[in-house]
Amino acid sequence: MGKRKLVVIGAGMASGRVLEHLTDGAPDAWDITLFNAEPRGNYNRIMLSPVLSGEKSYAEIVTHDDAWYAERGITCRFGEHVVAIDRATKTVTGQQGTVAYDKLLIATGSAPFIIPVPGRDLPGVITYRDLDDTNAMVAAAERGGTAVVIGGGLLGLEAAAGLALRGMRVSVVHLMGHLMERQLDEAAGYLLKKDLEAKGIKVLTRASTKAILGEDRAEAVLLEDGTTLPADLVVMAVGIRPETRLANDAGLSVGRGIVVNAQMQSVSDPDIYAVGECVEFDGHLFGLVAPLYDQAKVVADGLIERENAFVVRDVATKLKVTGCDLFSAGDFRDGPGREDIVFRDPARGIYKRLVIEEDRLVGAVMYGDTADGNWFFGLIKDGTDIEEMRETLIFGPAYQGGNPADPLSAVAALPPEAEICGCNGICKGRIVAAIEGGAVDLGAVRATTKASASCGTCTGLVEQLLQVTLGDAFRKPAAQPICGCTDHTHEDVRRLIKTMPLKSQEAVWQELGWATRNGCHVCRPAINFYLLADWPLDYQDDPQSRFVNERRHANIQKDGTFSVVPRMWGGITTPDELRAIADAADKYKVPTVKVTGGQRIDLLGVRGEDLPAIWADLNRAGLVSGHAYSKGLRTVKTCVGTDHCRFGTQDSTGLGIKLEKLLWGSWTPHKVKLAVSGCPRNCAEATCKDVGIVCVDSGYQVGVAGAAGMDVKETERLADVPTEQEAIDLTVAFIQLYRENAKYLDRPYKWVAKVGLDWVKARVVDDLEERARLIAAFEVSQGIYRKDPWAEHAATKAAGYAPLADLTLEAAE
Amino acid sequence: MAWLDIGALEDVPLRGARLVRTRAGCIAVFRTAEAEVFAASNTCPHKGGPLSEGIVHGTRVTCPLHNWVFDLETGAAVGEDARIATYPVRLEAGRILIDGTALSQRSAA
Repeated sequence: MGKRKLVVIGAGMASGRVLEHLTDGAPDAWDITLFNAEPRGNYNRIMLSPVLSGEKSYAEIVTHDDAWYAERGITCRFGEHVVAIDRATKTVTGQQGTVAYDKLLIATGSAPFIIPVPGRDLPGVITYRDLDDTNAMVAAAERGGTAVVIGGGLLGLEAAAGLALRGMRVSVVHLMGHLMERQLDEAAGYLLKKDLEAKGIKVLTRASTKAILGEDRAEAVLLEDGTTLPADLVVMAVGIRPETRLANDAGLSVGRGIVVNAQMQSVSDPDIYAVGECVEFDGHLFGLVAPLYDQAKVVADGLIERENAFVVRDVATKLKVTGCDLFSAGDFRDGPGREDIVFRDPARGIYKRLVIEEDRLVGAVMYGDTADGNWFFGLIKDGTDIEEMRETLIFGPAYQGGNPADPLSAVAALPPEAEICGCNGICKGRIVAAIEGGAVDLGAVRATTKASASCGTCTGLVEQLLQVTLGDAFRKPAAQPICGCTDHTHEDVRRLIKTMPLKSQEAVWQELGWATRNGCHVCRPAINFYLLADWPLDYQDDPQSRFVNERRHANIQKDGTFSVVPRMWGGITTPDELRAIADAADKYKVPTVKVTGGQRIDLLGVRGEDLPAIWADLNRAGLVSGHAYSKGLRTVKTCVGTDHCRFGTQDSTGLGIKLEKLLWGSWTPHKVKLAVSGCPRNCAEATCKDVGIVCVDSGYQVGVAGAAGMDVKETERLADVPTEQEAIDLTVAFIQLYRENAKYLDRPYKWVAKVGLDWVKARVVDDLEERARLIAAFEVSQGIYRKDPWAEHAATKAAGYAPLADLTLEAAE
Repeated sequence: MAWLDIGALEDVPLRGARLVRTRAGCIAVFRTAEAEVFAASNTCPHKGGPLSEGIVHGTRVTCPLHNWVFDLETGAAVGEDARIATYPVRLEAGRILIDGTALSQRSAA
């Protein structure tokens, strides 16, 4: 019997492994013809990244050279596309002619997915799949300029890292909220982003590509949000799909890939095998090299007529994005009954998360230190009972019984020039020097450096520095952490957000060693406020970190309905506004209409899904949100002042309206209520407000830090000023100082009690430069919030107020 | 199981929730991570608070009325002897599917 004829389509890593097994196991059994669309044989595709970055040459990554094929008598038809497979005559037709087969192996791999945007066909837009793509990128990089990589998965990031190493300015545009979302969770994605940004790569997440712009070639990438990114080169790396066109045309069963049985034979034709990324088995597709090599062994055994069957195994991904260490294995996402163990070491940029189900490890994500990855992978694969080592599991095999993460590491990692005391401008280096010079307790540090000697909010950090510097010799007094997610106090976190600096929630969770995935209902709203207050231009408000009232722009009531309070500037309204309120109350069957203590009208008992509609109705009459739900400015209560009152000394109503128009929509640590009275008879009850102004003949008495709630407290006099403008300036500066320094959910009176009125006066009243800075900072951060959230939600977010689905009919069937 | 399509994953805000009306009562669908969803009763057993309006953290939700915390994986209240019903959900091609059989069993019960 002569040799049987085997035709192989595709010379990739999977079919290459088949040929190795086959020519070793049965050297003379088969007459082999190998087609490859690329004009070359099998090379190690995984090593294309080092070729792109210039660390390796093509010659170094060749697996099978011409001599290898020649020794085995393989007929190579490289650079030739296969046109058709004819199953009736058992032939394969290439561009140069037809060849017959007894058995056929399809190994066409995968094709890059091209997103269907205008401009995708322009020159200068390339994919990242093979050596030709790599060479095209190298050539483009030699011309320099700017590259945009669309896709923040493994392939896209490799392309970005390689192009950056070759000197291009690179941006990565990624559709999802964090990089490599299929392999990494948010925390690891954050660390990866940070490492890439440190390499000069710009990363844009939640960014959807709208078009590629350019006349004769790609010049820029346009995003859905209107951002334009200049681009001399656009790399599209959004994903791959199995290349199944030939199999489809030949009438083989094709799902997402070519459907095969456990012997890797097409389920439609036992003479046709398929292997590698083009294959679908048992609903699975394959991209990693380990299962492909398993498949290759099964194919070779089939051709040599040995028994073998392919089984899907759990595979760990140990990934390397040029210089960043990451690892993920198993299933770290969905599923009931699961529990997390999280370890973060901010100083070393390490994050580890283990997912446990019924005393067994089911998933692991690691970043920065992946040394124990294989050990964890073994535990996942073997289903080892980890109950006994649960407490120390995350420290790895070599560290059973180890110490928990060091809460001091964030402070230890700060550079000497990091500012610790904002009041006195004292940096870490000076404090450490003072401690080493003999200032071994808080009082001594205060006396020598002035650090923590003013407002005191950095006291916790100074104590941590004492502890880091002196070790066990210093005993820190117990401080109250924000919540169970962290050992840090509010004051520490605020100060570290400013100095480290930390500009995102993920940065806070990671750098400060949070023990939970994304905080809890206690700490997350606080962190959201601190980030918003300290980094107004970098941080975007996260509605999901706000209490329902602020997210829904209405106050939730005990029965789940909401209340609606339209704004009445300074408490002034008109007959038209009152008619609109009355009409809305009728139309939406509002059960209770009440006048509030802050001179507004409250519509109580509105159904959540009616909110956008009632707001739209009120908007039409010129009414806007009264922010009766916000940790922000609530109301400015006024008396009628000089307009009507025979005792009025100044235009208290006018001043109240001016203040309200300036301050409305702002976010503060807790709610803020103001009042302006036109004379000392004080009909607006200004002396128990957060800021209360009493008009007198000579001008304005500005009082702050009053209270009339859980505590009752008269305001303290901040200053007496002669002009209305100065009264406004002092009010704005005071509120901005409160925004920058207070603990979340401390009303101004509590905060002033902690820092002292003198400290506040020094900044708001006496230091004119600081007063001007505070006013400017308020404008920068709060100017954009001076708009009606009701109008915005009614126009663009109304769908979110309705149920996602109504299954009452389906469920009845 | 009869899987019912209740909407797109992207229609539920990350670390947020949406309401689904069923014969078994209102159900909240929570999105705890990019591709992680849970479904549970919308009603807090304490005072009936709407859990879909709560703050979602980790795989937990906090009731907006009095801060009871529920583990969405088990339905158990943290530190309280109470629990909410949970329902199987899964994701397929960006859609959220809920187990209709579990829903009708609850409404029959």
